[in-house]
Amino acid sequence: MRILVVKDDPVIADAVRVGLTLGGAIVDCVGTCADALAAVSTTRFSAIVLDIMLPDGSGIDVLREIRAGKETIPVLLLTARDEISDRVTGLDAGADDYLVKPFDLDELAARLRAITRRSDGRTDSCLVHGTIRVDPAEASVTVDGALVPLSRREFAVLVALMERPGVIRSRSELEERLYGWDDDVESNAVEVHIHHLRNKIGRETIETVRGLGYRMRAI
Amino acid sequence: MMSLRLRLFLILIGATGLIWLAAVSWIYVSSQRELEHVLDTRLQEAARMVASLAEGFGRSSSVEDADSKALPTLSGYERQLSCQIWSLDGRLIAKSSGAPEGVLTDRKSGFSDHEINGEAWRVYAVEDASKGIRVLVGDRLGLRERLVGDLVKGLLWPALLIVPLLGLLIWLSLNRGFRPLAWITNDLTHRKADDMRPVNVAATPSEVQPLTNALNQLFAKVELARRHERDLTAFAAHELRTPLAGLKAQAQVAVAADDPAVMKHALRQILVSVDRTSRLVRQLLAISRLDARGEEQGAEPIVIGDLIDEIAGATAKPDAIAVSVDERLAALTWMANRECLELAIRNLHENAIQHMPSGGHVRWTLGSSPNDIAVEDEGPGIPENEMPQVGTRFFRGQFKSPIGSGLGLSISRLALERIGARLVLSNRTDTKGLRVELLRQA
Repeated sequence: MRILVVKDDPVIADAVRVGLTLGGAIVDCVGTCADALAAVSTTRFSAIVLDIMLPDGSGIDVLREIRAGKETIPVLLLTARDEISDRVTGLDAGADDYLVKPFDLDELAARLRAITRRSDGRTDSCLVHGTIRVDPAEASVTVDGALVPLSRREFAVLVALMERPGVIRSRSELEERLYGWDDDVESNAVEVHIHHLRNKIGRETIETVRGLGYRMRAI
Repeated sequence: MMSLRLRLFLILIGATGLIWLAAVSWIYVSSQRELEHVLDTRLQEAARMVASLAEGFGRSSSVEDADSKALPTLSGYERQLSCQIWSLDGRLIAKSSGAPEGVLTDRKSGFSDHEINGEAWRVYAVEDASKGIRVLVGDRLGLRERLVGDLVKGLLWPALLIVPLLGLLIWLSLNRGFRPLAWITNDLTHRKADDMRPVNVAATPSEVQPLTNALNQLFAKVELARRHERDLTAFAAHELRTPLAGLKAQAQVAVAADDPAVMKHALRQILVSVDRTSRLVRQLLAISRLDARGEEQGAEPIVIGDLIDEIAGATAKPDAIAVSVDERLAALTWMANRECLELAIRNLHENAIQHMPSGGHVRWTLGSSPNDIAVEDEGPGIPENEMPQVGTRFFRGQFKSPIGSGLGLSISRLALERIGARLVLSNRTDTKGLRVELLRQA
């Protein structure tokens, strides 16, 4: 899950970044409306955490702009103002959810999982493919009921592939899901992660579509 | 203090009473005089009449005759007027019934007062030499006085009845006259505690307008203070949420992290947040204290250079930032309240340091006039479009520092106002940065 955090307060942004990363997400932080719009137009994110009070404008305006571009990406609003009118404006402008500061990091993570799940059209919080079961809340994977320890990036690759079983994910698409802007990416990083993943959950589960990318093998 | 109404009532009653008393005395005296005059004239007329009627008596008339003769025309005056006719040689020729036996007066003619048999008399004498008679007509003074008394009493009774009526009327008029005051009182007593609307000055009488104006000014002052307080509370609640949110999130990260490096990072962030929160609280306290106090009194001579050295020494800063204090400032002395000036300078100093975290030079120097102080930093300055808003409480511009609260300039400005000085901000023209001048003359 790659998440964009639009928040001008460095301490909170840092906490959200580290906290969500601990939960298995890849997080990028920006501090202004302009940077947020630039980020959304260049990178595919699973969800956006958007603060209303930004130095160069209102987060709600950013939200309207995003929605005007027919972008369906889930957006969670953060606000220090607990006035109802703010939330109503935010939700009407296209926000999927909101949190009032000071918020709980676990709740933020849970709400992000919920809005991404809804946007994927799933009802079950777990992703299931054959005997493989991925629980995003616990960041855990079981095969035939047995817990399989995965690294953060391996987990991210597996979630990306299982979100839409059968859909081919290109290498660059996976890379985008795996690495933030600040991460150094090795040229064969995705192949390495796929290789490790196959070793852990079974060689036949992930299919390589030559020239296009990877997908979960149909059962 | 006695109520205004009672006071006015007593004054009015006193004044009216005095005038009333004067009028009554005047009436008494003048009617007495008028009556005396009328009665005297009557005496005179009666005497002349008798003298002209006394034709028949002649020189030869006997006393006996005279005694038996009645004076029919004079019978109407029987009770009040007494008449004697004497011959010039001193015999009593005739007298009205009820007239005393003794001679009424020795005077040959004109008015005179006499006491006869213990009674006071007013007598008019007229001598007719041709007829050889002297006519004396007398009036009992006691009777006269009773007449005057009756007359004045007749006038006095209605006047006395008028006094309480007048009092009642004055009281009612006062009540009516004081009604505008009652309206204001009513308006004020029935107000809710937080109703600071001004009293309608147009509807108040001009005498109380200075009072209502003062009251309205007080209302405005209280309202402003209350609004400041309300704003401060609201903004404080709002502004404290951000550092608190940071604290909470970082603490959660620290608890959840297995990696010691991540945990350490989170703890360090917590320290930053705590610093920021405590600074914010300190500033909130400072601003509420500044709001609460009026014009500052306790002024003392302060050597500016020493004060800045002291503040700079006590303020934490990254090593990369240099602070210099112009030597000429050591010779500059301001007469001001120390606490206010220190608050202003400390906040400006902290602001300058916060806005250039990666090194630079904070320079305290003399202002454009040798009596003023200036401080220059090498931070990003303030975008021109943000200039008007800068110094508004909790306003944080585009180039805000991570630990700022948006209160520093407000505090400096307010503290300087309290000591009659002023703050002028401008972007530096020689290099990037902000120049703040503290002007002694407000």
